[in-house]
Amino acid sequence: MNLIKLLDTICPDTKSSEEKDLFFSRRESFRKFGDFGKKVALAAVPLAILSSLPRIAKADTASLIGVLNYALTLEHLEYRYYQMGLDSGVINAADRVIFQKIRDHELAHVKFLQEVIGNVLKGTPVAEPKFDFTAKGNFKPFSDYPTFLALSQAFEDTGVRAYKGQAANVMESDVVLTAALSIHSVEARHASMVRRLRTKKGLDTAKGWISNGSIGSLPAATQAIYAGEENVMHAGVNVVSLTGLDATAVSEAWDEPLNKEQVLGIASLFLA
Amino acid sequence: MKNELIKPSGLVMNSDRRLFLKRGSLSVAAAGLLMIGCNDDEQIPMNPAVSLGSGDTGILNYAYALEQLEAAFYAAVIKGGYFANANAEEKQIMGDIEKHERAHREFFKAALGKAAIEDLEVNFSSIDFGSRSSVLGAAKTFEDLGVAAYNGAGKFLVSADLLLIAGKIVSVEARHAAAIRDLINPGSADFAGDDLIDVNGLERTLSFSQVLTAASAYVITPLDFSQLPS
Repeated sequence: MNLIKLLDTICPDTKSSEEKDLFFSRRESFRKFGDFGKKVALAAVPLAILSSLPRIAKADTASLIGVLNYALTLEHLEYRYYQMGLDSGVINAADRVIFQKIRDHELAHVKFLQEVIGNVLKGTPVAEPKFDFTAKGNFKPFSDYPTFLALSQAFEDTGVRAYKGQAANVMESDVVLTAALSIHSVEARHASMVRRLRTKKGLDTAKGWISNGSIGSLPAATQAIYAGEENVMHAGVNVVSLTGLDATAVSEAWDEPLNKEQVLGIASLFLA
Repeated sequence: MKNELIKPSGLVMNSDRRLFLKRGSLSVAAAGLLMIGCNDDEQIPMNPAVSLGSGDTGILNYAYALEQLEAAFYAAVIKGGYFANANAEEKQIMGDIEKHERAHREFFKAALGKAAIEDLEVNFSSIDFGSRSSVLGAAKTFEDLGVAAYNGAGKFLVSADLLLIAGKIVSVEARHAAAIRDLINPGSADFAGDDLIDVNGLERTLSFSQVLTAASAYVITPLDFSQLPS
């Protein structure tokens, strides 16, 4: 039995909302979004709970919709890339199970974000852009498997940085923040897998984590995706000096964010 | 997987809820009850426990506790028989993760300063450090737990700067988790398995009590998280 269900059973929720406020005293903005109660705190953010989002200030809603439409644009890019990759036959038979799983997640993210933007926040989800994954003829990802893998790594590592860069912009909504974090770690799992897959095939020496700001053997056009990843300063602490560990290991232990402009700059290479 | 994680030994051994609550070793769970405002007039025993504190500091201590656990685990791994005989790839992965977790632990200790909790006492007697499957299985548990813990705690952070730092760490934990899972079942979809990721493509989150209950299988020091936000 789930411990939390157990606690719920033992301790039925009979408090008035005022009393709850005392117990749930939290950052100020939480109250703006109403008291979701402890169930939200424990749930994996199902849509049913998202749908129960109370009415929130228009400006905040607009801001959330903006961030989520930005995320949706990236998810469209990723989903379309993997679907075209799977359709093209470029992927080695043995690796299809990996990319089918990644494709499934990206499609789920597209649908989830469309649902939240459209049916929960009552906004308009952005339409899927037209993509050019050859970047004007520079790449042939759907006929050359190493290129397919290289761009996959680039997209996944970009996705991780993009979500990370938006965390603070959605923290006014617990539900949206938690959903964003829950997508963010899935993208990181994808990135780790694809990076290691490339190395196993002798295409790179990349590890599952990003060493310094290195692009490895990726095309030079991907430089912006890794810029800043060499950082070893966190909250004013130089972790290399603190620990005596090598800078490479420390750089690997923290992933860095990218802001919207940086990410859209990268993504624009692949817009038709 | 989920069930395995949230099934503390105390819970398994005692189906009786009252008895379960009276067990001093589960003061963590008892503290959770207090937080949700239970009108239970039963006395809840509180063992002397290490308090994580409140607010963002409390959440940092929560992260610090988990990083202590992970760092202690990998420190033991690289001294063990599995690591000594591991192939080059696995040696590199385990060696890297040991450094990463040590860096995380030392960072939180420094960031917390005087507010940092004490060094936790751990017990890895259930792990066979000479066995590949035992070590990788435990590593998978710790990494997946870490990701779910950070994902679940994020919304309670007030400081945007700390939220970013947590975000910088959680994605590395997820990278670790995927690599470990791929070592266990190479070339499969387990790196981002359906046991963790739902139909919306969202990875699971775990609450403070779920995480600390799972961790209590390896942490001897009792932890009091009653002042953490909820």
